[in-house]
Amino acid sequence: MKAIQELIKRYQLASLLVLTLLLAVVLPLSLDIFRLNLIGKYLTYAFVAVGLVMVWGYGGVLSLGQGVFFGLGGYAMAMFLKLEASDPVTTAIQSTPGIPDFMDWNQITALPAFWLPFKSLPLTLIAVIAVPTLLAWIISFAMFKRRVGGVYFAIITQAVALIVTVLIIGQQGYTGGVNGMTDLKTLLGWDTRTNSAKYILYYLCVALLVGSIVLCRWIQTSKAGTLLLAMRDKEDRVRFSGYDVADFRIFTFCLAAALSGIGGALFSLQVGFMSPSFVGIVPSVEMVIFAAVGGRMSLVGAVYGTLLVNAGKTYFSESFPDLWLFLMAALFIGVTMAFPMGLAGLWESHVVPWWSKRKNKGKGGDAEPAGTDAAPPAAVAATAKPARQASADSALTKGLSDVGAQSAIPGSI
Amino acid sequence: MSKHNDSNKGATGAPASAVEDTVSPLRRRILQGIAALPALSVSGMAFAQAKYPTSAINTTKLAITDTEVTVGQLHSATGTMAISETGSIQAEQLAIDQINAMGGILGRKIKVIKEDGASDWPTFAEKSKKLLINDHVAAVFGCWTSASRKAVLPVFEKENGLLYYPTFYEGLEQSKNVFYTGQEATQQILYSLDWAKKEKKAGTFFLIGSDYIWPRTSMKIARKHIENFQKGKVVGEEYYPLGSTNFGSLMNKIKLAKPDCIFAAVVGGSNVAFYKALKAAGITGDKQLLVTLSVTEDEMTGVGGENFQGFYSSMKYFQSLDNDNNKKFVAAFKAKYGKDAVIGDVTQAAYLGAWLWKAAVEKAGSFDVDKVVAASASGIELKQAPEGYVKLDANHHLWSKSRIAMGMPDATFKVVSESPELIKPDPFPKGYQ
Amino acid sequence: MEFSELLNIGLMQGFAGLSLFAVLLLMGLGLAIIFGQMGVINMAHGEFMTIGAYTIYLGSHLSSHYAPSLVSIYFPFAIVLAFLFAFALGWLVEWGLIRHLYKRPLDTLLATWGISLAMQQSFRTFIGPKEVSPTLPDWLLGSWAPKEGLDIPINGLFVLALTAVVTCGVLLALNRSRWGLRVRATVSNRVMANAIGIDTRKTDRLTFAIGCGIAGMAGAAFTTIGSTGPTSGQLYIVDSFLVVTFGGAASLLGTVVSAFGIAQTQSITEFFLHGSMAKVLTLSLIVLILMIRPQGLFASKVRR
Repeated sequence: MKAIQELIKRYQLASLLVLTLLLAVVLPLSLDIFRLNLIGKYLTYAFVAVGLVMVWGYGGVLSLGQGVFFGLGGYAMAMFLKLEASDPVTTAIQSTPGIPDFMDWNQITALPAFWLPFKSLPLTLIAVIAVPTLLAWIISFAMFKRRVGGVYFAIITQAVALIVTVLIIGQQGYTGGVNGMTDLKTLLGWDTRTNSAKYILYYLCVALLVGSIVLCRWIQTSKAGTLLLAMRDKEDRVRFSGYDVADFRIFTFCLAAALSGIGGALFSLQVGFMSPSFVGIVPSVEMVIFAAVGGRMSLVGAVYGTLLVNAGKTYFSESFPDLWLFLMAALFIGVTMAFPMGLAGLWESHVVPWWSKRKNKGKGGDAEPAGTDAAPPAAVAATAKPARQASADSALTKGLSDVGAQSAIPGSI
Repeated sequence: MSKHNDSNKGATGAPASAVEDTVSPLRRRILQGIAALPALSVSGMAFAQAKYPTSAINTTKLAITDTEVTVGQLHSATGTMAISETGSIQAEQLAIDQINAMGGILGRKIKVIKEDGASDWPTFAEKSKKLLINDHVAAVFGCWTSASRKAVLPVFEKENGLLYYPTFYEGLEQSKNVFYTGQEATQQILYSLDWAKKEKKAGTFFLIGSDYIWPRTSMKIARKHIENFQKGKVVGEEYYPLGSTNFGSLMNKIKLAKPDCIFAAVVGGSNVAFYKALKAAGITGDKQLLVTLSVTEDEMTGVGGENFQGFYSSMKYFQSLDNDNNKKFVAAFKAKYGKDAVIGDVTQAAYLGAWLWKAAVEKAGSFDVDKVVAASASGIELKQAPEGYVKLDANHHLWSKSRIAMGMPDATFKVVSESPELIKPDPFPKGYQ
Repeated sequence: MEFSELLNIGLMQGFAGLSLFAVLLLMGLGLAIIFGQMGVINMAHGEFMTIGAYTIYLGSHLSSHYAPSLVSIYFPFAIVLAFLFAFALGWLVEWGLIRHLYKRPLDTLLATWGISLAMQQSFRTFIGPKEVSPTLPDWLLGSWAPKEGLDIPINGLFVLALTAVVTCGVLLALNRSRWGLRVRATVSNRVMANAIGIDTRKTDRLTFAIGCGIAGMAGAAFTTIGSTGPTSGQLYIVDSFLVVTFGGAASLLGTVVSAFGIAQTQSITEFFLHGSMAKVLTLSLIVLILMIRPQGLFASKVRR
């Protein structure tokens, strides 16, 4: 028994190792800097997807407003970069030199007070995490303390996404409006548009992403993770046991928001602009599909899902622009109807059993199972038992919770 | 391909003749003179390559071969902006087809890589990077909204690309890497305000726009002009969110303010709702003067002639312009895209892009961006533009005439006034900041 | 300015608020029925409205091309047709998709979002990317002027009347008809309703289809106000969601009250402030109230 647990443990780490190898070695070696920069951009969305795995897969709460937190983090970073790009010399042509160009266009003559903290990089970095977290705390505190959840929570987050978008677009003198903040060039004098800078930012992104996954996995395997699953499946029983359900949910939601904020900030750095089109309902729902395709219970799967969907989007919109939305639609419907556990679920239900069967046949022959196998996505929630791809509705729901419940066990022991 | 060329013969005006594989020197000179149709282009190209070897005209590793030059086209084929950008896509394609039918540029056929910005500014930025870094295109024709242009601008400046931008826009911008083939704000606004004052004796104005940078900047210029130069009065200034369809309260505010002239820059889906609301509130062309900056033939199909009847639009081009260039252009456009196709101001401006680029490249004798820009800055003229003679200013904008046209019940425009001279583009107008 | 003129403006402004209320209510009604009675959020709601709008356009196109004499009367028939089209499609969607997902309400959000994407692209591919506007019969255009200086928009009157009819119809049906009885039984206790012989699956399907049908009618009515394009649905759904969220899920009354509140706030602030500011103010107010009452104005009394 102990041996099997050892194996599972190693296997979990292995899946992360494979992902790290892929991101840090294989992709940089095989892609040119333009494509790698694209991957870097996708990876910033993966922060959101990883957060969604925690909130949605583990917490059982679907948020359709994660774009808000991504956007807030991104805007915080963009404000800092924009201020740096708007020094009095380059903006000498404006009526008020030294303020961002869009303020000048909107007849604002002095830097608004809430922009002042963004003159400092440390304060900006704090804001990147603190602002999304604070908003998440306010929303989730109001909701979860009153036991609002499920579909209703989802549409409230959506309403928040809508409102924040309208606010950003409407207050264009302070936010850049529909155009967003463009033309971000340097970070403390360091040109972020050069190839070397792109490589550095890419690796920063990979490192932070892997770090976030480790953090989330640590939380999953702690007591909090077990409780999260428990309250997802039988909220009342957890409550009766004396736990405050709301607090755990609030914590997870804030965690996801903070992760999204980091993703947004990295986006602004790598892409060089931020716009309200990441905040609204559409991008927020798309981000959910990244997590759903990868597997809503799998942190590593979420990254693969994000990469796959975005690569698909880029490829198809280049080659068959008309087909792309149909394909995306099929993805939404297919994933929810046929593969609710996403790629990670398929891996669990098909590849793992096949592998163990083969291994049992040639006992001792294959010592390193996962490390050599680079391509397919590995599941974090690795259990010896496959996810039940039951067709009946009730069996499916049960299957979802089964996988989740078991996944928490190995780590907590 | 050949079908299109046939239909374009009238437009390009070049005679057809037989091809021979071997070409005598004399024959060559003749060919040089008429540099013509696709059938001829094989020999024409052989000649052009002799005069313009690829190594000489392309020193910056653009995607140019002995027979082809690659350009990019970056518009929204999907999403909310597809409505507006379809016309531009079609016009650019038409211009490129016509140029190819004439033998291309420096003996090279134009090959187009189409990218879809999907009405999403980040996607525009991503695709522009792809076109410049991956595909090494010699020029890009594209973008429509200011937001998409702002998103791609840093990319073009960093990678030293070349963008031809077709839409009338707010000004306040001048980039080495962008040519603006539509009007900037002052060209469109000042003439129409002066017209309203002089011809319609308008003294009080009500300014209405969608809430983003273009209407805001335009109205700022309009207000300064009305208050400081015309000594008139602005009795109301209102902005509504993009996509807003609820104008009930606005109608009452207009009735309360009783302006001599409504000056409007409402865009997109709001546009239709705005004019329907005017009609429903009893504010019609026979009782109220309205001048808009944002209704072209494209918008008219949605707004409907019955709702815009008697109102005025200020543009540099209308499909009904009566000149030979325009008749050829409209005929060629309809031959390619069907008789129901309509041509708006931006569509025509998009059509100019490829021709301006061709003229600049031929003047420079090179596809290198720096040389093309230098050649353009020293003055490029287009005599065959559908809107009439235009020329490129050193500030990368076009000198053009402004026109005022009245909406007719059948959703066409009747031009009622035209500026006597070409108006100089002034993207950073003094006294209007 | 004279008193009578101010009175006219006041009256017209009152009507503007009222007609915005009608618009919002009609938008939210279909969504509210489906959400309130089934707990399912139909993210393709906006696209069902667009179907209705395209039906009107089809009616206008056909009648003006083949039977010009019918141009003045096609509109009411096309509205009925819009309901039927959307109803039929809703029926199909429920049968093909939604019924498999009742146990996983969050997944219905994603699945119906997929449907909405597919529908948008279908509109674009098969109808065209350009916005269209049907030729409306003359009796729907212009304004009704009972006296000098007072213009009441006819399209506003029309939407108001339609909303009144549809809302009353739905309320009557819910409280008086057999379908309503079954729906109410199913909402209260699905298992028990099943046990006493109510076919809850059929009830669900009918409810979903009716909700979609009403969305279709709403879309049809809005052709008198705006234009229709492949992505119009995205514009509609935003307001629909706000109305339903703000009203709370449980009762149609909540939807009515919330539509009224939002419409009046927006229309009054619009008159005294600026258009964009009004929207921001209204939305901020909604957020504030949602923070204090996250379950909406009329919370569900059903035990979870």
